[in-house]
Formats: sequence, C-alpha cells, structure tokens
Amino acid sequence: MTVYVLRRLTAGLVLAVLVTMITFLLLSTSFDDVASSVLGNGATPGQIAAQKAQMGLDRPLAVQYGDWLSHAVRGDLGASYFTSEPVRSAITARLGVTLSIVVVALLATSVISVALGVAAAARGGAVDRFAQGAAMTGYLVPSLLVAIALVYVFAVRLHVFPATGYTDFSENPARWASSIAIPVVALMMGGVASLTSQIRGAMIGELRKDYVRTLRTRGIPTRSIVLRHALRNAAGPALTVLSLEFIQMLGGALIIEQIFALPGFGQYAFNASLQGDVPIIMGISLFGVLLVVAVNLVVDLLNGWLNPKARIVS
Amino acid sequence: MTTLLEVSDLRVTYPGRGFRARSHEVLHGVSLTVGQSETLGVVGESGSGKTTIGRAVLGLVAPSGGTVRFRGNDITRAGRAERRALARDIQVVFQDPYSSLNPALTIGDILGEPLIVQGTETSEARRRVAELLDQVGLPKDASQRLPREFSGGQRQRVAIARALAPAPRLIVCDEPVSALDLTTQARVLDLLVDIQRRTGVAYLFISHDLAVIRQVSHRVSVIHHGDIVETGTAAQVTTAPEHPYTERLLLAAPVADPAEQRQRREARQRL
Amino acid sequence: MTTPNADTRRRSTLRRLIADPQAVVSASLLVVIVLLGLLAPVLSDHGADEANLDAVNAGVGDHGYLLGGDKSGRDIFARLLYSIDTSVVSALIGTSIALAIGITSGLVGGYFGRRVRGVAEWLFSLIMTFPGLLLLIVLMPVTKGDYKATMIVFGVLLSPGIYRLVRNLVLGVKNELYVDAARVSGLPDRRILRRHVLTVVRGPVIIATAFLAGSSIAVQSGLAFLGVGSNTVPSFGAMISEGFTNLYEEPLQFLWPSLALGIITASLVLLGNALRDALEGGRPKPARIVTATAYRPPATESAVSGLLTVDDLAIAYPTPTGELKEVVSGVTLSVAAGETLGLVGESGSGKTQTAFAALGVLPSEAVVTRGSIRLDGRELLGLSERELRAVRGTSIAYVPQEPMSNLDPSSTVGAQLVEGVRAATPMSTGEARNRVLALLARVGIPEPERTFRSYPHQISGGMAQRVLIAGAVASRPLLLIADEPTTALDVTVQAEILDLLRDLRREPNMTVLLVTHNFGVVADICDRVAVMRAGTVVETGTTEELFARPQHPYTRTLLDSILDETTLRTDPPATPAGALETEKR
Repeated sequence: MTVYVLRRLTAGLVLAVLVTMITFLLLSTSFDDVASSVLGNGATPGQIAAQKAQMGLDRPLAVQYGDWLSHAVRGDLGASYFTSEPVRSAITARLGVTLSIVVVALLATSVISVALGVAAAARGGAVDRFAQGAAMTGYLVPSLLVAIALVYVFAVRLHVFPATGYTDFSENPARWASSIAIPVVALMMGGVASLTSQIRGAMIGELRKDYVRTLRTRGIPTRSIVLRHALRNAAGPALTVLSLEFIQMLGGALIIEQIFALPGFGQYAFNASLQGDVPIIMGISLFGVLLVVAVNLVVDLLNGWLNPKARIVS
Repeated sequence: MTTLLEVSDLRVTYPGRGFRARSHEVLHGVSLTVGQSETLGVVGESGSGKTTIGRAVLGLVAPSGGTVRFRGNDITRAGRAERRALARDIQVVFQDPYSSLNPALTIGDILGEPLIVQGTETSEARRRVAELLDQVGLPKDASQRLPREFSGGQRQRVAIARALAPAPRLIVCDEPVSALDLTTQARVLDLLVDIQRRTGVAYLFISHDLAVIRQVSHRVSVIHHGDIVETGTAAQVTTAPEHPYTERLLLAAPVADPAEQRQRREARQRL
Repeated sequence: MTTPNADTRRRSTLRRLIADPQAVVSASLLVVIVLLGLLAPVLSDHGADEANLDAVNAGVGDHGYLLGGDKSGRDIFARLLYSIDTSVVSALIGTSIALAIGITSGLVGGYFGRRVRGVAEWLFSLIMTFPGLLLLIVLMPVTKGDYKATMIVFGVLLSPGIYRLVRNLVLGVKNELYVDAARVSGLPDRRILRRHVLTVVRGPVIIATAFLAGSSIAVQSGLAFLGVGSNTVPSFGAMISEGFTNLYEEPLQFLWPSLALGIITASLVLLGNALRDALEGGRPKPARIVTATAYRPPATESAVSGLLTVDDLAIAYPTPTGELKEVVSGVTLSVAAGETLGLVGESGSGKTQTAFAALGVLPSEAVVTRGSIRLDGRELLGLSERELRAVRGTSIAYVPQEPMSNLDPSSTVGAQLVEGVRAATPMSTGEARNRVLALLARVGIPEPERTFRSYPHQISGGMAQRVLIAGAVASRPLLLIADEPTTALDVTVQAEILDLLRDLRREPNMTVLLVTHNFGVVADICDRVAVMRAGTVVETGTTEELFARPQHPYTRTLLDSILDETTLRTDPPATPAGALETEKR
C-alpha cells in the first residue's frame, strides 16, 4: 500500500510541475503586453524591451521557469509586479475562504448523493423518482442563476441568511455557517445531480450481479449486502466523478464569490490576470494544480482502499 | 496425404499487465500438423494454451518463437497484406455464437462483407450468400434478419457459413459447440462433418470436450500447460492413451451410464 | 450492401425521437432560438452596442426598444439576439475541439495497442489536472479575453471526457469476437473501425455532444459574468452581470438574459436525455432485493411428500407489452430426505427458475402465479425477505454455477464466508473464523489460512468453487441446491468437485437438488432424475430406470443426443473430386 501511495504522490507532483510549466509557456507569449502594462500607456517599443530586460522577462524561458520553480519549492513565490505584495501570503489569506466553500460543498454533495443514489437503486419507487427529479433539476439550471435566485429569495426577501460577506470560522462558527450556507447550496446543485445519477446507475448494476444473489442465499441481511458489498464495488467509478466535480466546483466557486462578495481568491486571480501580473498568476496556477492533485490523490487512495485489484496489480 | 498446416516449436508469450510486470509464456514450443481434408483435434483444459494455438495460426496473436507454415509458406510473421490474402484459405468459427456476430448488421451483411472486400461483385456476392445459407441449412430469408432473432445453434450456423464463404482450405474451429445445448450440439457437429465430406476442407478443431473431439477428429493432440503431451490417431488417443494426463482426462469425463460411471470413477480414484 | 432491416432500425430510432415530447420540444426550442440569433440583424433595428443616453433603463416598449433598455441605454432585445450568436459560436468551438481531439485519440488509443494508449492516458491525465475555469481566467493575457480563443482552450479541457468515453467503447468492442472474425475475414483496419467500431461509438458521442454544448455555453456565460472578455461582445453572462448590479431597481434587466440562458441550457439537457432514451433504450431500472411475496398459496394438504415438495409451480415474467409470459408452467416434483435429485433440461426449460423460486431469489420482475414450495412441511412461497433469512443457510443453501462472478471482488474470501456463517448462526467472530478455516480444509483447499486472506481474483476457478461450496454447507443445511456447479469448470476439476459433493452429502445426510444439463453428472451422483422441458416436468424416475428405459420421447431425444463414447471418425480424409474449387485459383 505504501508503494502505491508513493507512486501516486510522485505522479501527482510531476503533473503539477508539467502543468505550471505549460502555463508559463503559454503566458510567455504575452510578456510584451505585461511589460507595457507596467509602464502604462504610450510606451515605445524600446522602453518595453528595456522594461522586459529589467524584469528578467527576456531571459531564455527554461531559465525563467527554472528560477521560479527553484524558489517555489522553497516556499518563495515572489511578489506582485504592481503592489509588491508577497504572493504566497496574499493567496493563502484568500484561499481559506474559497476552500471552505468548496470543501463543505464537496462533502455535502458526497453524503447526499450516496444516500440518494443508494436509496433510489435499492428501493425504487417513489424514492427513485424523487432522486431522478432532483438530479434533473440540478442539471437544468446553471448554478449561476440558482445562486442569484437564492440570494433574492433568502437574503433579500426573507432575510434569513446574509446576502453578502463572509465571517471567518475562527471568529464565529455560527455566523460562518450562515454566511456560506447559500453559496454552498448553489455550488452543490450540479454536483448532486451528476453524482447521484452516477451512484444510482452503478448501484443498480452491482445489485444485479451474481454475487449479490449468492450473499442473499447465505442469509446475510439486505442492508449489509447493499452497504458493505454493493456500495463498495460501485464506489470506484463514482470517485472518478467526484474528482471531476471538484474541478467544476473550484470554477463555480469563483463565480459564486463574485455574487456573494466573498473575499476568496477568485477576484484576486481575476485582477492579477487582467494586469498580467505574472508572479501572482503563476502562484495561483501552482495552488490550483496542487489542490487538484491533492484531491486526486485522496480519491486514488480511497479507490485503492476500496478496490483491492487497483492496489495490488498496478 | 499432403500437409496443409505445419506448426513447429511454436512459442507464444503474453505480456504482463501494468508498466513493468513480468510476461509469461503460454506455449512452450508446440508442434503439430494438419493434412489436407483431415481434422486434427486439439484437446486441453483451460489455461492449456489450446485457444492460443488457433489464434497464432489465424494471425490474431504474434508468436515469440517457432514457425507456422501453410502450404509450405512461412506465415509466422505475415504482414497485414499477406494476412488478407490468407483470409481466402484460412478461416475461423469461434465459440460464442452471441458475440461472434455483429449485432447491428443483418445476416446478409455479415456474410457478404468479406466477399465484397475481396472484390466480389454485389450481385455475385448475394448469390453466394444464398448458396451458403442453403449449405448450412438456414432459410433464405435469414439474410434480411438480425442475429438477435436467431437461436444460439442457428447463429453458429451463420458463423460456419461465414467461414465457408471464401471456400477455404482450413478452418480453425475454436470450441464451436461448447456454448450449445445437447440436442443442438449434435446437429452442428453433424453439419461440420458433412461439410468436410462434401468440400474437403480441413479442420483444426479445438475443444475441451473429449466426446466432441472424438466425433469429428481423425487425429488428436493433447495439450497440457503449454506442451503437447500426446499425438496420435483418434482411436489410439481416446481409447488407449499413452500419457498419464490423457488417461486422467479420459477418466475424469463422466459417462452417461450409472454402472459404467461407477467403474470409471473407481478407476480414476485408483490413479 | 445495406439491407432493408438496417434502414428500418435507423428509422425506428428517428420515430422514437419524434414521438418523445421531450425531444420535440427541446429540439424545436433550440432551432427557433438559433434562427432568432441568425436573423438578429433583420429582427432588430438597433445594434448590440448602440447606446442611446436617452434610453438608459428604458421600460418595455420605450424608444422602440422591445424589451427596454439597459443601464447604458442599449437595446436589450437586440443584445439578447446577438448574445445567442455568441453562445452558438461558443458551443460550436468548444464542442468541435473536444470531439475532434477526444474521438481521434479515443479511437486510436483504444484500437491500436497498449503503448499508444499509455501515452494517450498520460496526456489526458495531464489535461485533467489543469484547474478548469481558473486556468481560463489566468490565461487572459494570452487569450486577450477573446471568447473564441478561450473556448478553444476549454475544448481542450473537455476532451479527456470524450477520450475516456470513446476509448472505453472501442476497448469493449475490440474484445468482441466479431471484430476478431472481421480481421480473419481479411477486412482492413480502416473498414473495421468504420463499420464495426464507429457504429458503437456513434450513439454515446451524439448524446455527449448535447451535454458538451450545454457546458460550453454555461462556462462562457460564467466567464463573461466575471468580466473576462471584452464588454463589446454581447453575451448572456455580461448581461446577467449588468442586470445583477441593478437587481433591486430594474429586476427585468436581469430576468430577460437569465430566462434566455436558462431555456437554452435546459433544452440542451433535455435533448441529451431524450437522445439517450432513444439511442440507448432509456435509463436502467432499480433492482430491488425482494421476494415475490404477492402470491401466497392456500394452506392445503400437499399432493406430494418429501423434504422439498414443489406443487404445480408457475412463474411468469411481464413482456414489453405488459402481458405475462410463463417460463415455468406447473412443475411438480419432490425430493426425499437424504436423496440427490437431478433436475435436467436444456436452456429455457425453467430448471434454474424453479431452483431460484425455492431459494426465494427470483428477480423482482418475476411473478409467481400459482403453486406451492414446501420445505419440511413449511411453505416457502409468500415469505418475506426477513422470514426467508431465517431459513437460508441453516435449512436451505445454494451453490452457483459460475464461481468467479459469485464472489464479491472487493472482500476477502474469509470475510465473506465468516459473514455468511454468522448470519445463519449467531456466534463470535473468532468462532466463525475457526469454523470457516476448518471448512476450507474440509473442502480440499491446500492452504486454508492463505485462501482465507486472499481476494477472489487471486484464486483459481476450481478453488473458488470449493470456497462457494464451503460457504453453502457451513451452517449444515438440510437441503443444498446446486445450480450446474461443475459446468464452468475443467473436466478434471469437475470430477474432484463431484467427489467432494458426494462426500459432503454423506455427513449430515444432506439432501441435494442438482440442476444440470450433463447426463454424465447425473449418472455419477444422482439417485433420482426429473427431466424438464419448456417449463414442465416431462418425466421422473430413478437414475437407472431413466437411462435404461426412458419413457417420454423428449427424454429419449436427449439421451440420443449424448455423444457416444465409442463413435469415431471412420472415413479417412479424402479429397472429393471437383469439390475443391481452390485449384481454380
């Protein structure tokens, strides 16, 4: 098992480096614009070239990237071109907000989807119709619209939840919960839709398999068969969907932050990008990729724990 | 009697799964011959490699050693173009009547496609398809219908018709009746023997069932864990075997007579 | 050479789509909307960016603005129409890039060998590690906010999903024997891919396209909402963003673009679902674990006696038209205590259904229409799952046909057996473990401890069947129902399993109902035989009687079909004159 973990970890880190490298390569095509953006309007090509040299943007790309990477592994992500604010602390301050929404949404999605999907597959009937209906609703309406509708109803009209603003968990847990409640619900809808369908389909497939019938003939209770045996086997493909959902939610969170005025790193990323603030962009890319890699790793570990074949053979 | 197919010291290795897993050798140097118009039965249990021999002859798996000669020509590592030419002489009938026919094509398409690809004109192909259906005892209107409208035995007949289409010299039969009911089994085997008598085609007949092998084979080879342990005439191998594994195989198959079965069981337990 | 039936099949899919209101409504809506977008220059008198300071926040109908003006004085209706074009172009770009990359690599990776596939896997894992929307935002300096360039990148990000879909389909098809047969027939790879592989890929890809289009439009709107991209390009996202800031004063400005976006995305989703229903035959139905309790037989005296008595049992299944079709039509048989009854028949005879009915594990669609099954005098039909649980394991047990698929692949062998033992008889885990280890040794497994800790994929088929037999006899059942227990095994292993069964039934004098199609097995192990055909029992008798003097013509046909032990090919391989047309080539 340790070998498996180490192998997955290494693969993840390699991917992270590759992604940041490709991002940097793509960014490098716009270095002229970055330099001119720092200088402001009316800069001549000669001034732009000089600015580039001063910022180190005219060096060979491999050198520039290598330089950035060697600092990054030591925790130094440089400073903004425009505000000189250190990148790492700026990101970490805001990352917590975004993560709290995404992680809570992901966990809630998982719990609800598993419960709904299993119940729909094992019981059928009304529960199944409800689950399919819920899934359909989640698919139909983009979370953008849901979020805005929810703000209008719950915050403006009913005054149940705060419309905007964020309270940190350490300050006041209750207010933190209510400040992220609507954003989380808006974020969850698409995820619940797709994960419930996935689990429902996988469970139906498992419950039709031969071993389920044989376990029944041993006198094993139905609940045990469904939860300990069928669900375990159905979980594999569902975990893949979960990691895809995380990436979706990360994107969705950026939009939600805008609507609810939450101080996450969406706005920060947007502004940096608009100005071509390369250190911040690279820092954000790095954090983004590391998040994805981390979630994929957790998912892979869960998969390895659940599915002995994946663990032993590969 | 001329030799049609000659397999010499054939080795096949399957790669292991995963990035650096070990490969394992499935056939450890297998030799056999099939003469013109004769049936060589290859009998073995699962994992013996019997199916792999057929696949190697058909070019569906690449050997790692040894040679396969057909009519004197070395076809061991035949390229794609050579294989397409060989398709006129060497054909196959697979075990599973349910997955060996494309469920989305009609019988007429399934039988006609190989002919058209080989250059036959559409009208001529259609005539040949009708002829083939007749040869295997299926009604003419079958060519308009889909595989799922037919039973397992009937689908196997279609598979046999497909194999016969280019008038081959050799057909590799890979467990052609194992998935069929008792009554159907007998009829399909009779059909195969009948076709051989009429057209003179040779069979490389692979099966795990000695009784089936006995029905159709002139000569028999017994394969165990990738090695041929015994070869001889059908009479000799199936009544007076020399190798202890062949004897075990013979005694393990239960016979449909209580008294005789008891005797056979006791003989087996004595082994 | 397309024959009529292939065409009728294609037509029937089209007909199903036309008959489905979901498909018709969503498709029509989409067509209308796209047309509106294309006709934008004709339908609106104003440009999307024409600002008129007099018309700021104009009401509906003012200044010739059909839906009013926005906060910059632009015509909302015109902007809506041009936004449709933006969405359509986004969908086209994102979808075509994703499909182009995904389909070609899926076909190539799936069909051509594992090294190519390995490279493709790595590449797409890499693409999937990019953090989606975040990437599209940070690449603004490169795309300059041009939504077309952004959609190209998004298309690339979407391609792994299509690659996976196509690759799995191709791999599934590649392993089908009909592809092998096509290769042996001499068909070139190109034709195999086109004719045999693409037809399987077509349906799911069409369905995916609908959802891809929806994704592209949603993402582009989201980006525009955030402000990525030029604000001269009209898009729903930009309009929603502007409307959002004005939400309390002029809610209508927010409503129009939201409605439009909502209708487009909803239509695409509904169309995708309708396509899936038409092409793939709908969504799978739940598989409830229940017994067929609808029917409960009257408590009358049984016509037959024995440990297990089956009296005029009939089982039916609903057809697609709703009628019930009987698969078992009045089966009567009895098994005396301590004897082994062979239940013989070909496929479709109903023998396995009868066995499942006795165990109470018929599928949930099955309907028992009449009859009774009694075990030791107690009626089994009509019992609920919970009541049956008390009977299973201790009174009645089951050995299945196919060893590998009847073991849970993600539990160890030992864990599954222990669970079964403890379900039938309450005992501690330690006691159960010891009992299971002893059983594994008893059924002839050489290293019980090692097998106990193994997973099913680590043991052979023969060992797996021994494990299943151990699990069945663990709680000393009165009756063992074995469904073709040796059919899936090699003949030498088969003989050993039969020895084992013969040995086991002696100990606690177990009764055995053995379902089989092999008369050799019957001769080896059965005391009495019942022959089934098309849902009824046609003959019963002792084994000796049946083989020596079969009564029913069907029994005689069956016995005649058994391949003779003495038949040999006597005709030598001869070349009939003129039969070999091969010489003419």
